[in-house]
Amino acid sequence: RSCLKSSPVLHKQNSSPQPPPAKYGGRHTVTLIPGDGIGPELLNHVRELFRFSCVPVDFEVVNVNSSVATEDDIHNAITAIRRNGVALKGNIETNHNMPPSHKSRNNLLRTSLDLFANMMHCQSLPGVQTRHKNIDIIIIRENTEGEYSSLEHESVSGVVESLKIITRYNSLRIADYAFRLAREKGRRRVTAVHKANIMKLADGLFLQCCKEVASGYPDIQFDSMIVDNTTMQLVSKPHQFDVMVMPNLYGNVVSNVCAGLVGGPGLVPGANYGTNYAVFETATRNTGKSIADKNIANPTAMLLASCLMLDHLRLHDYANMIRGAVLTTMNETRLHTADIGGQGTTSEVVQSVMKNIQSGGPLTTEQI
Amino acid sequence: DFTKSWIIILQTVTLIPGDGIGPEISTAVMKIFEAAKAPIQWEERNVTAIKGPGGKWMIPTEAKDSMDKSKIGLKGPLKTPIAAGHPSMNLLLRKTFDLYANVRPCVSIEGYKTPYTDVDLVTIRENTEGEYSGIEHVIVDGVVQSIKLITEEASQRIAEYAFEYARNNQRASVTAVHKANIMRMSDGLFLRKCREVAENFKDIKFTEMYLDTVCLNMVQDPTQFDVLVMPNLYGDILSDLCAGLIGGLGVTPSGNIGANGVAIFESVHGTAPDIAGKDLANPTALLLSAVMMLRHMGLHGQAKKIETACFDTIRDKKVLTKDLGGNSKCSEFTGEICRRVQDME
Repeated sequence: RSCLKSSPVLHKQNSSPQPPPAKYGGRHTVTLIPGDGIGPELLNHVRELFRFSCVPVDFEVVNVNSSVATEDDIHNAITAIRRNGVALKGNIETNHNMPPSHKSRNNLLRTSLDLFANMMHCQSLPGVQTRHKNIDIIIIRENTEGEYSSLEHESVSGVVESLKIITRYNSLRIADYAFRLAREKGRRRVTAVHKANIMKLADGLFLQCCKEVASGYPDIQFDSMIVDNTTMQLVSKPHQFDVMVMPNLYGNVVSNVCAGLVGGPGLVPGANYGTNYAVFETATRNTGKSIADKNIANPTAMLLASCLMLDHLRLHDYANMIRGAVLTTMNETRLHTADIGGQGTTSEVVQSVMKNIQSGGPLTTEQI
Repeated sequence: DFTKSWIIILQTVTLIPGDGIGPEISTAVMKIFEAAKAPIQWEERNVTAIKGPGGKWMIPTEAKDSMDKSKIGLKGPLKTPIAAGHPSMNLLLRKTFDLYANVRPCVSIEGYKTPYTDVDLVTIRENTEGEYSGIEHVIVDGVVQSIKLITEEASQRIAEYAFEYARNNQRASVTAVHKANIMRMSDGLFLRKCREVAENFKDIKFTEMYLDTVCLNMVQDPTQFDVLVMPNLYGDILSDLCAGLIGGLGVTPSGNIGANGVAIFESVHGTAPDIAGKDLANPTALLLSAVMMLRHMGLHGQAKKIETACFDTIRDKKVLTKDLGGNSKCSEFTGEICRRVQDME
């Protein structure tokens, strides 16, 4: 299979990149980018919780000012992440009324660090009221190319062309990531989401690459579905989905639909993996401007993202301890913020998590 | 008033039954319209692709002439031929009549239960350009580029249609759906045109929302949405997402608005070859599209009558086709709606 000879497969045991080793004293340094909106307050809670739980992680805070035109801040952040290898971030606002030269800082970060895989594990929480129950879907989204290539030009006045780039290299890479992860987690089916009936060359190439990789994983079932049908199926029969892999834009759509299905943007953590770096954040990347600094934001997604980060650093005991406490608060104590129908404040939720950690609450080894 | 009761103006509508279950659901709609005494005269036409002079694929002249004259069409599902050598029929129709706006009102059907209740929104999708321009190239081996085209003209046209629709149908707000944070130039242009058009429709509230935020909020609380206007791909995805909220393509109406006053209303489900000819099909989608057509023609009274008869039948749950959860035949379901319509006289 000549295609696989030139494939960018990482010849390692598992799908995630190697974490940087702990420094002297067994402590890790992680880059922290507060971002805008609810980012700063949620990340403060993470730091508070880590201090409380004696997590051996030190944060190097790098602020990125989204209102200035220069890209110095984001490049400083990128440098810091190259140095530390791992980051936890809030969303940086993009003013879409600025000219095209002012690019999305978040996108710049992802492409510069080549964080090619966005991973989102969507699981229903028993303690949260939703229309659909028991959803368990892993979404793998290509994170660097596709419609997010930022290649646009006005060829003739009043006519704009935006280029969507699909490459064999990145398609094989993301498909390989998806199948490796599926195998690692004991999942049985991978569904590729596409629109190859219309975008015959671009999505056709993506689909072809998925099929090629699938042939190397006979233990895992592979099928494909057109994106519009996918969204229709998700809102009516979400349980048919297991692991899904797709190009950038469809990933954006499907991630948000799934996050909505399990209870909203405040609950789901997300991870961005590259060959050498990993950046953790909330799955739906919202700035939450309208609820910032009001102590009403749901800290769950960010707290769970910090647990994903701890897992990445192989600090599994700390990860499980915090995750267990968060889930207890959500499912048993049921202290909920307004976005999921409760009346608790952000700090009340965090206090409850700390109380659960202190009382040595039900330690769970359930991976989220 | 004396003269009104004697003059019935019959409007001609070009009917394209389509393939598979198309003919039987078309017959069902015609029966219901007859029972309702709707002033419609059907002109049936076929749209199999033919090769015209110069080797270009086109729809038969009789079909085109009929539509150009009547301006209104009702269409059943058309099968997509594999390796027939010509583009899809839907694409051909779109190009022939410059069907630039795809409109899908999504209203929860009482009696057909889904996890979502109280959905009442309309998706208006730009249907000629955007990501579906079909312009793709292999740059080098292993690198493909697909071009998304956004023009000032098309964006303005669809925005104008959206606001006109909102005004004509008493809708309170129009939301432009975009990803201008990432696709600054293309979606930025689309957004700009929407904002410009909004200036001329101060009676309608205008908002903008990122595509992902719309998706996120749509599945949590669809009641917050009213009229949504967007470029081609987002429209494709969102209109199907919304159809899923109310029960799927079997119950969702759809209309395509073209330049020169042409409008073609259609059911967007497939041809269902496995149940074709067996009197099992559900005509609801085509019927609701026909109701949409009546409203477009200004025949609101007739539209309401037929729509109510259809919804009442579904709510009653006594005579339902299989896909709606019952075990009645298409003809029985149709008959029940006809009876209700006649009782309303």
